[in-house]
Amino acid sequence: MSSDLTRKTADELAQSLASKEVSSVEVTQALVDRIGSVDGSIHAFLHVDAEGALATAADIDDRRAKGEQLSYLAGVPIAVKDVLATRGMPTTCGSKILDGWIPPYDATVTAKIRSAGLPILGKTNMDEFAMGSSTEHSAYGPTHNPWDTTRIPGGSGGGSAAAVAAFEAPLAIGTDTGGSIRQPGALTGTVGVKPTYGGVSRYGLVAMASSLDQAGPVTRTVLDAALLHELIAGHDPMDSTSIPDAVPAVVAAARRADVKGLRVGIVRELGGEGFQPGVEARFTEAVELLTSAGAEVVEVSIPSISYALGAYYLVMPSEASSNLAKFDAMRYGVRVPPAGVDDPSAEQVMASSRDAGFGDEVKRRIILGTYALSSGYYDAYYGSAQKVRTILARDFDAAFADVDVLVSPTSPTTAYPLGDKLDDPLAMYLGDIATIPANLVGIPGLSLPVGLADEDGLPVGLQFLAPQKADDRLYNAAAALEQLLEQKWGGTLLSRAPELEATR
Amino acid sequence: MSTDVLVPFDEAISRYDPVMGLEIHIELNTATKMFCGCPTEFGAEPNTQVCPVCLALPGALPVVNAKAVESAIRMGLALNCSIAEWCRFARKNYFYPDMPKNFQTSQYDEPIAHDGWVEVEVEGETFRIEIERAHMEEDTGKALHVGGSTGRIHGADFSLVDYNRAGIPLIEIVTRTIEVPPEKAPAVARAYVSYVRDLIGGLGVSDVRMDQGSLRADVNLSLKPKGSDVLGTRSETKNVNSFRSVERAVRFEISRHAGILDAGGTVVQETRHFQEDTGTTLSGREKSDADDYRYFPEPDLAPVSPSREWVEELRATLPEPPAVRRARLQNDWGFSDLDMRDTIGAGALDLIVATVEAGTTPQAAKKWWLGEMARRANETGRDLDALGITPAQVAEIQGLIDAKRINDKLARSVFDGVIAGEGTPEEVVVSRKLEVVSDDGALGAAVDRAIEGDPDAAAKIRSGNLGVAGALIGAVMKEMRGQADAGRVRELILEKLS
Repeated sequence: MSSDLTRKTADELAQSLASKEVSSVEVTQALVDRIGSVDGSIHAFLHVDAEGALATAADIDDRRAKGEQLSYLAGVPIAVKDVLATRGMPTTCGSKILDGWIPPYDATVTAKIRSAGLPILGKTNMDEFAMGSSTEHSAYGPTHNPWDTTRIPGGSGGGSAAAVAAFEAPLAIGTDTGGSIRQPGALTGTVGVKPTYGGVSRYGLVAMASSLDQAGPVTRTVLDAALLHELIAGHDPMDSTSIPDAVPAVVAAARRADVKGLRVGIVRELGGEGFQPGVEARFTEAVELLTSAGAEVVEVSIPSISYALGAYYLVMPSEASSNLAKFDAMRYGVRVPPAGVDDPSAEQVMASSRDAGFGDEVKRRIILGTYALSSGYYDAYYGSAQKVRTILARDFDAAFADVDVLVSPTSPTTAYPLGDKLDDPLAMYLGDIATIPANLVGIPGLSLPVGLADEDGLPVGLQFLAPQKADDRLYNAAAALEQLLEQKWGGTLLSRAPELEATR
Repeated sequence: MSTDVLVPFDEAISRYDPVMGLEIHIELNTATKMFCGCPTEFGAEPNTQVCPVCLALPGALPVVNAKAVESAIRMGLALNCSIAEWCRFARKNYFYPDMPKNFQTSQYDEPIAHDGWVEVEVEGETFRIEIERAHMEEDTGKALHVGGSTGRIHGADFSLVDYNRAGIPLIEIVTRTIEVPPEKAPAVARAYVSYVRDLIGGLGVSDVRMDQGSLRADVNLSLKPKGSDVLGTRSETKNVNSFRSVERAVRFEISRHAGILDAGGTVVQETRHFQEDTGTTLSGREKSDADDYRYFPEPDLAPVSPSREWVEELRATLPEPPAVRRARLQNDWGFSDLDMRDTIGAGALDLIVATVEAGTTPQAAKKWWLGEMARRANETGRDLDALGITPAQVAEIQGLIDAKRINDKLARSVFDGVIAGEGTPEEVVVSRKLEVVSDDGALGAAVDRAIEGDPDAAAKIRSGNLGVAGALIGAVMKEMRGQADAGRVRELILEKLS
């Protein structure tokens, strides 16, 4: 199995490519074949660009042969969530309304990936406009969890997480507005990182909620996540909310992997009722491992966390209702004239196109947000939610005065069966209780797989949180815990995932 | 089209007091748009000055144009406003095909400049106008409705949208309620817009051309019965494209509102469109306080917090205040108070400045702009700066007169030609064959014929009655179709009859 290129980490591939043991074309072809073989049962990809990826791979091999100085990850293939603009490659955001739209420009993240020479395998599935926690809200059908294809892979970035978990890509880009990188990471046994808000450019990331969205790495190891994080992060003059500071030394931190003396705070409010026993058990064991390695573990309280979910479900739909107004069928996207109307007005075409182009969850959030911003309700809803963010930030600041990182289970449950919560949006929203606070206050978070729940044998994730711009702390702590766990398991968690049957 | 019952203006203001406010939108002349790097030149091919940001392609993000912020601050300072230490942009949400994002990035409760004032003069009297705020925003695209009789969206066969204008930086200047004697309201409104045009033009931050839409004035007006404190319902008149139209729009709306109120009706809160040809306003879309733009702070943009040092640096760059400048120019030019009032009233101040700078005497510049040009402006309902002739061209024409190549009368034909786009004054003189004849040979023959044709007059001149020379000059000019140097003709006549 070790000779299987699809099983290698990005770091291993980068080394093999640098030493010319393998070519990027070989690696890319192996992954394209793997996608062809298993994606029929996973549906991680909405669009596969084998030709483009192989062309990039060939170009990198060529340049490497000429002795050109290349980026460390040059030639290592990557999958990109379908919410980032990719020039010349379809970008649907999982929505019918963008069916067939080919962006004429690259997102900054895409441009960085291209200029570093990573072949882009394709675009990954997601809940429509990243609205959802199961990838069931994709207009193009759900993604299946590689651990159990009858279950959801989490969401909204289920496609990126499943692609990485199913060995269809060593690296993927996700985006996280309320947990869309971290929760799928937890549910698929992969590593997912939401960087500090402003750490990675949002230019070209089709916005759900501008003040919460953040792109980040989806990988199988902490070091791979750090390598990708370093590549995509940094100030971008095209994004006014981008942080001008230098990128935290995340790769060095991942290589350091030392928790001796690290002060770790368990968030009291993120556990107990609503959390699956198997999730809590693996979480507790992982924290014990940290203690055994010299970390000082204490319990801390963030009392305002109980308001986070409510605040999130006001801020996010408010911003989304405005951000999604641009999808009006006037300049791009699907245009659906109203049925039975002769000579429809522009307004009628807008309405009927939006009705036909958006799915139920998107409409639900547009309606919620439109209501929350309405005159007379603004102060009570949007205004109050913003106050909660301020209080929450203050509480996190207070907690980080005493500890270096905070920990909690990433998701209260393991992956649930497809369809289980589709008709109960509130139950689905509750799954984001632990991940949402980081988005509201702009701090970074990382989900690390910490084992399988006893009751269902499905992956469990542990979330690390750090103060703004201290993303490096996440990588140090997570890399240390990853080593401890793999020593204990005698291998990676994903090596225990069931073999996927080839569908062709 | 209009079935409005109008009450004559004087009668209307005898029973009602107008409550008036003005909103002026000024397009900045920054090289690039408000939130992206697209060029802003006027008149380019449709949809050639666009990019992912101003077309609102999925994923694109705005970045504030620092030059526009600078212009906004300078404008705020010139309007005697306070400059906010910290302010934000806000989204004004509504759907319209010419607005790519379906929200306008504007400022709401946190404008960059607020609480200012200006003083304007009408017939020697000074009126203080309070400025509530001046805020930054972006322009929309431009919809062109094709087919139908009105050029408006209703009844059009199809519509085209040009997004070149989408994202052009705008500053909106909002007055507080303007309280002036009712009979002065139309003139004060006009004087205010004209004053703001000169003030902002002097800053060099905008082309301030009403005819090109780089300065747009909206008139908000309601009436309240004399002695009452109850405010009436207001109308908002747009499409007011000249100073003269500002005045006419105010007068018309006062008459229209009075007509409705006299009949016991209610004024509809709505947008009205001024009709240049008839001087009336037509109903646009209804607008009520129920219109809900769902403003909220723009999350894609960082707040703007101009440092006090920067604001003071910008204050130091302001040109001299208009009142000081006017006094200086009046002194330099030797204009009487009345000359100066007429100049300002006609919106000719900067045009005369530019004409004088191009080498013409102030008196000659005034003669053209307040005479010939003002007449043409009145006839065509345009402002002086929209006539299609520049101060440099006026100066060039005066130069041709000074060089005796044309005379005042011929100059009018040169103006016609230049305005009709036939080329430079020089080219028009040549192509229309307007050059006066001062060649003694040709003139001498014509003079001889005139003397032969009117021996009576010739005899009188010989006997010393020079007063009748005009008759012979007139005959020569007639023969030469006006293209003779009248001074030389007179000299030749006197020479020949001495």
